[in-house]
Amino acid sequence: MADTPMLELRDAARYFDVSRPLLQRVIAGEGKRLLRAVDGVSLAATRGRTLSLVGESGCGKSTVARLAVGLYRPSAGQVMFDGRDLAEARAASDQRRRMQMIFQDPYASLNPRWRVRDIIAEPIRAFGLLPDRAAQEARVAELLTQVGLSPLDGHKFPHEFSGGQRQRISIARALSSNPEFLVCDEPTSALDVSVQAQILNLMKELQSRMGLTYLFISHNLAVVRQVSDQIGVMYLGRIAELAPAESLFRRPRHPYTRALMEAIPDLDMTGRARIPVGGEVPSPINPPTGCAFHPRCPLAGPRCKAERPELKPAGDAMVACHAVEEGRD
Amino acid sequence: MAAQNPLLEVRHLRVEFPTRRGTLVALDDVSFTISAGEVLGVVGESGAGKSMTGAAIIGLLEPPGRIAAGEILLDGRRIDNLRYEDMRRIRGKDIGAIFQDPLTTLNPLYTVGRQLAETMTTHLPITPAEARKRAIGWLDLVGIPAAAQRIDSYPHEFSGGMRQRVVIALALCAEPRLIVADEPTTALDVSIQAQIIALLKSLAREKGTAMMLVTHDMGVIAETADRVAVMYAGRIAEIGPVRNVVKQAIHPYTVGLMGSIPPLDRRVERLAQIDGAMPRLSAIPKGCAYNPRCPKAFARCTEDRPDLLPAGATQAACWLYAGEGKTNG
Amino acid sequence: MTDTLRRFFDSDVWWSFTRSPITIISAIVALICILGAVFAPWIAPHNPFDLASLNLLDAFKPPAWTEEGERAYLLGTDDQGRDVLSAIMYGARVSLLVGLSATLFATTLGVTLGLLAGYLGGKLDALLMRICDVQLTFPSILVALLIDGVVRAALPREVHDQIALFVVIFAIGISEWPKFARTVRGSTMVERNKEYVQAARVIGVSPPRIMLSHVLPNVLGPVLVIATLNLGLAILSEATLSFLGVGVPATQPSLGTLIRIGNDFLFSGEWWITIFPGVTLIAMVLSVNLLGDWLRDALNPKLR
Repeated sequence: MADTPMLELRDAARYFDVSRPLLQRVIAGEGKRLLRAVDGVSLAATRGRTLSLVGESGCGKSTVARLAVGLYRPSAGQVMFDGRDLAEARAASDQRRRMQMIFQDPYASLNPRWRVRDIIAEPIRAFGLLPDRAAQEARVAELLTQVGLSPLDGHKFPHEFSGGQRQRISIARALSSNPEFLVCDEPTSALDVSVQAQILNLMKELQSRMGLTYLFISHNLAVVRQVSDQIGVMYLGRIAELAPAESLFRRPRHPYTRALMEAIPDLDMTGRARIPVGGEVPSPINPPTGCAFHPRCPLAGPRCKAERPELKPAGDAMVACHAVEEGRD
Repeated sequence: MAAQNPLLEVRHLRVEFPTRRGTLVALDDVSFTISAGEVLGVVGESGAGKSMTGAAIIGLLEPPGRIAAGEILLDGRRIDNLRYEDMRRIRGKDIGAIFQDPLTTLNPLYTVGRQLAETMTTHLPITPAEARKRAIGWLDLVGIPAAAQRIDSYPHEFSGGMRQRVVIALALCAEPRLIVADEPTTALDVSIQAQIIALLKSLAREKGTAMMLVTHDMGVIAETADRVAVMYAGRIAEIGPVRNVVKQAIHPYTVGLMGSIPPLDRRVERLAQIDGAMPRLSAIPKGCAYNPRCPKAFARCTEDRPDLLPAGATQAACWLYAGEGKTNG
Repeated sequence: MTDTLRRFFDSDVWWSFTRSPITIISAIVALICILGAVFAPWIAPHNPFDLASLNLLDAFKPPAWTEEGERAYLLGTDDQGRDVLSAIMYGARVSLLVGLSATLFATTLGVTLGLLAGYLGGKLDALLMRICDVQLTFPSILVALLIDGVVRAALPREVHDQIALFVVIFAIGISEWPKFARTVRGSTMVERNKEYVQAARVIGVSPPRIMLSHVLPNVLGPVLVIATLNLGLAILSEATLSFLGVGVPATQPSLGTLIRIGNDFLFSGEWWITIFPGVTLIAMVLSVNLLGDWLRDALNPKLR
């Protein structure tokens, strides 16, 4: 079915037990402590498009990325891959092959003891895609060329490459199993801007050439604007606003989305005085009652303290905000 | 045109790292000045030498790095050849330092109040009681709520953003005339980043403190700095008033760097990118270090190394502007 | 192969080796000890175990350079008329064999369990680490003595003599594995959270395969250091056990046995019988330890 989303999260949640060891807990007389990294997220990634998640550290975006490829199992709710349960899909290697991930840290994402050609060929070998060694080598060379490296680079070790080149190797590894769905967890945030532009261009190019579906995680709104079709803004484990990219930037609705945009330094030097949002992100172990953003929100009212807002349609977007719903924005 | 005597003057600074494979030149012929009350932004990609310039000024070059040539003058007095003890005194009193990770600056075993008070009593002629009073004042000034109660807290009891505020208070409390801030906001979330930048800017303005702000974030520079130095491969590529560098960059590298920053206000199909990567220190090309990546390189660029020359409103180390200095001069 | 060699001689480890005179001397001393021990049957001037060639008339000959010394016995002879130099070479052979085997055993066991504990975590990790904790509270020599005592009591003498060597190896090895397990567990927990391991997990590479081909090669650096340092320790443990008379059987004297035998004659003037094996033991252990120290510094990027 063409309109089954590539990835769908249905009220998915992921909690981490961050309790102290049993003995200490008994002595201090405290209960278990749960960190609600992701707390009820629903979204769908359309085939061939890019769905991005933005938010500050601790908002749960990286946890969503790991839920999406099955590195974590959801504590509640469902994660569906191409219409079926993810855990079930991952049990079959021909389904697992269809999803891949690109990581943030180009220095930690490649095994330092392996040669580049073995790193890139790992998925090919794991899935038994090309049994013949010569064919594997040819494929690795092709992949290296595709990501803008030389086939001769295959015999080198990761430490011989710069950060940007390593990220290209990561992409080549991800592409080697001919995936359809790529989860990209902050793929450019460890890179310098000029290199970031190279990688973003490469990723866009590969997407249009191969029809890839991206789940793109970033904290950088400007980067997200360049690559996304749809954007979810996350705050403290929940989605605050989910909107088509252009709409989100043209008309940010959620007060948090507006605060985020307001916070970005102005490169155009219009000299406009920015009013930075006050306060800090609260702890996901003890989130505020009601709407998690209410202690920092200029529009907060009594209802925001008491009742947690659900995602509701507002124009072409979905917004979880009482003020927006009530037209107080 | 010559302004009053600059507070900090760096002349032809050269930093070398002797290694087993020969001596690496990490900084080469770096010259600039900072006047009282002025914020000089230093930008560049990782490995360009921006942090090392800061480290050389505060006398904390990591061994085996050493200043091989040139001089650093603070208020007309040489500080690059001081003994460790003398330099340490200057570091607290005349130069304040702010680093990316606040935990490296704060001593986890002492309360923030004690650290602030000790810094002040060491460098200023005041009594401990007076120091404590001032410490509360500083915490209040950097925006720590309920400063009088928080003064006896330990660093780990503060959140990341609050800790960085404490570090800023610590750097400023002995009323230094120069602050060297190395990526002060990089470890922080965007919304906190904006608060810290606003704080630094207003404090520097109020107290008339000169600041060297090292960062890779052009947005931060555009908002905070008066002048900006763009570094590439251990040299200054371009230096000038921030408006000119950001809006009408002269050096092809600055042009490329500015172009590769993804814009927030629009979506572009393909970001401008600089191909290749900055050379490693062990393989800096002959002539202009940027020549292999430069779209405008010509014969001379591969032969001679350009010095900073006046070009328009800024100074650029680029042969394209070799003639201009004379006509303008 | 030539490529690997070329990379080795180009590496920082080799470079730091050439820069450290103490390390070079240690390596030479260790090499002499090892070669002398390994090739003892071919290069030793006498065979100390050939009873036919022993002559009590040759007993208590002092070293060759003293007045009463004989050229044939460079380091003198003991109470049985055995050549001390040859006995040392044969003894070092036993010491080295026990030390290496015990270290290999401890390394294999410790690395395997540490890898499992660190990668799988949970209850297995808790169990293994508590065992480590308990074992680390006993001095290793005590553990070795205990095992040796139990085996001695449980088995008849002739059987015991046959397997005594293995008992010592086992006893020393089992008392040293927790060090390896703890280190490997720690590094494994760091590595398993690194993104290259996650990348392998996304592909669906099986846990045993991830442990062996991804994690193991990246945690071996510190293991090599501990193993080297542990080799010196194991040789010493064996010498202590043998000195106390509960180590290797008398038919296969190690350096420790030689020191014990010679100890009886120390105060009657025949100092060479115990001093030379003692010096050899010190030289061997010290050089191995210095090599281990250097290796630790050379593999630690922070100190470079």
